Amino acid sequence: MNLLAVATPPDPLIELDGLRKSYNLGLPNETEVLHGLSFRIGRGEFAALIGPSGSGKSTLLNIVGLLERMTGGSYRIEGEEVNGLDDAALTLRRRSTLGFVFQFHHLLPAFSSLENVTLPALMREGRITPAQRERARAVLAAVGLGDAMGKRPGELSGGMQQRVAIARALVLEPPLVLADEPTGNLDTASSDEVFALMRRMHAELNTSFLVVTHDPRLAARCDRVLELVDGRLVHDGAVSGPAK
Amino acid sequence: MLGFESRVATRFLREGRMQTVLIIVGVAAGVAVIAYISALISGLQRNTIEKTLGAQAHLTLSPRDDVVLAARSASPGTSEMVQTQPRAQRPRSIGNWELLVPLLEAMPEVAAVSPMVSAAGLAVRGEASKAIALVGVDLDRYDRIVGLRSKVVDGTARLGPGEGIIGRDLADDLGVRVGDRVGIVTGGVSDSLRVTALVDLGVRELNRRTVIVPLRTAQSLVGLPGGATSLDLTLVDIWSAQTLADDLAARWPYKAESWQQANAQLVAALNAQSVSTALIRGVVLVVVVLGIASVLVVSVVQKRREIGILRAIGATQGQVLRIFLLQGAIVGALGSALGVLLAVVLIWAFTHFVRGVDGLPLFNITLAPVLALRVAAIATVCGVLAAVAPARRAAKLDPAQAIRM
Repeated sequence: MNLLAVATPPDPLIELDGLRKSYNLGLPNETEVLHGLSFRIGRGEFAALIGPSGSGKSTLLNIVGLLERMTGGSYRIEGEEVNGLDDAALTLRRRSTLGFVFQFHHLLPAFSSLENVTLPALMREGRITPAQRERARAVLAAVGLGDAMGKRPGELSGGMQQRVAIARALVLEPPLVLADEPTGNLDTASSDEVFALMRRMHAELNTSFLVVTHDPRLAARCDRVLELVDGRLVHDGAVSGPAK
Repeated sequence: MLGFESRVATRFLREGRMQTVLIIVGVAAGVAVIAYISALISGLQRNTIEKTLGAQAHLTLSPRDDVVLAARSASPGTSEMVQTQPRAQRPRSIGNWELLVPLLEAMPEVAAVSPMVSAAGLAVRGEASKAIALVGVDLDRYDRIVGLRSKVVDGTARLGPGEGIIGRDLADDLGVRVGDRVGIVTGGVSDSLRVTALVDLGVRELNRRTVIVPLRTAQSLVGLPGGATSLDLTLVDIWSAQTLADDLAARWPYKAESWQQANAQLVAALNAQSVSTALIRGVVLVVVVLGIASVLVVSVVQKRREIGILRAIGATQGQVLRIFLLQGAIVGALGSALGVLLAVVLIWAFTHFVRGVDGLPLFNITLAPVLALRVAAIATVCGVLAAVAPARRAAKLDPAQAIRM
């Protein structure tokens, strides 16, 4: 993999300084899994987070996604320090800033594709306006699922489900989408298709992406790669080489 | 309002179809049992009270008992050994009863007042003679107390001079029919009456002994001209009888006896019945609450991942809490509606298929709308309460962990 060092982004969306995470804090078996990580991700960046299993990628992604709390350091989103915010404030921040795409699609099986995509709006305002419904339809059409809006996740292929998940992550146009192995459960063709879709949406909406992946092929198609080994950032650089 | 929570709650319930149906049926069974038992017991108690009070006043005012007083009071510093024989009670009139009647009628608790002269006597016809309870009344007033006209089984209730109404079993014992004459003897006085009607007072012993005559006739038979041995009262609310009796006894120099005092054993039995019913209702409610709670606890475990997803995409802890509370409320409300319907069917079956020896329904039971609404509301509230623990557990789930499941 060809990696080049990159400069700090001029307009940082998230900024991590000396981030630490320990489990069993204060107990004899306390274990630190992230050891003082510092990096920034700017608006409109498309970054990959790679590393071997157990290196702390998912933990880092959960902390960046405000699903887990860090135990040390600083984490700012759009300039606001989020370390120390209470659960309600973190949830509101997550709702306004972040979109999620998980490895196993994680759609609600009882809801249709369209309902899954309108959930974030429904959750935020308690109802769905016609404009929001139209927006959800447009996003689903944009990810190539114009004909599958009424179908439930169980009636869709893995690739299609992941596209619904991407549509759900993007429907409220969050500044940052976090994707945890979004293609890890797909065959190569579907995997390429889903990755291409993320790149296209990134280009169209200027949304930042932080994608956890094991696949060096996909990592090579990102603008920037962060490599984590044993809870330490061992590399942070731009990608050069094959076309994206 | 609650658009998101209600959408997710109903979808979760629809998704776990069999579980949802089973718990709704469980709640319905509980609600039906509570509503049916409540209606049955209240019908039974109403029927018992109606039958008991059908031939009784709610409250009776009578003169205080005669007591023997010492001839002179003991001198200070001395003690006397006195033996007294209790005095035999004789018929005595309530003093100034004509003035008391309008005073009592003016009380808001009192629905009707009827003066009465009652005494023991004999009814004689040919060679047959039977011990009787002689009751002298003003027919219209007495009718408001015991609804006498509705109890007539033969003839027409009428109490002109020299006329009387008798219990139907007494008529059988004496071989008397409407229009026949019967001799009445009380103490040393006797008179003769023409029977205008036979009545069924609902209690065989009363039917065997009661002879109702005009007040004036009774006054002359008993030797109390212009007197009344008691005043019978019917109250607007039968349950106020004891309070009013205490109040009247404290204010006036008369003996006031409520129907509860006159039927102490019955009241004790009714109270025991009410306590047992309340216990059964309590136990059933606890079972309903545990049923709902256990299903929702299982649902929280089954839905861990979905809860994690919802939290990850921005649902607050409050929203997750409300999703599960709403599920409890929905299950409680649907179960209540179904349970009330089931109770109506059970009550219909009881009134149509359970009959007495005479082929008539044992007694009427109905499910009062207020009772149905109250039971349904309590069950729905219990549904919400049952959901509190599972809902809190769901809200506290760690989203990162839940998603990994």
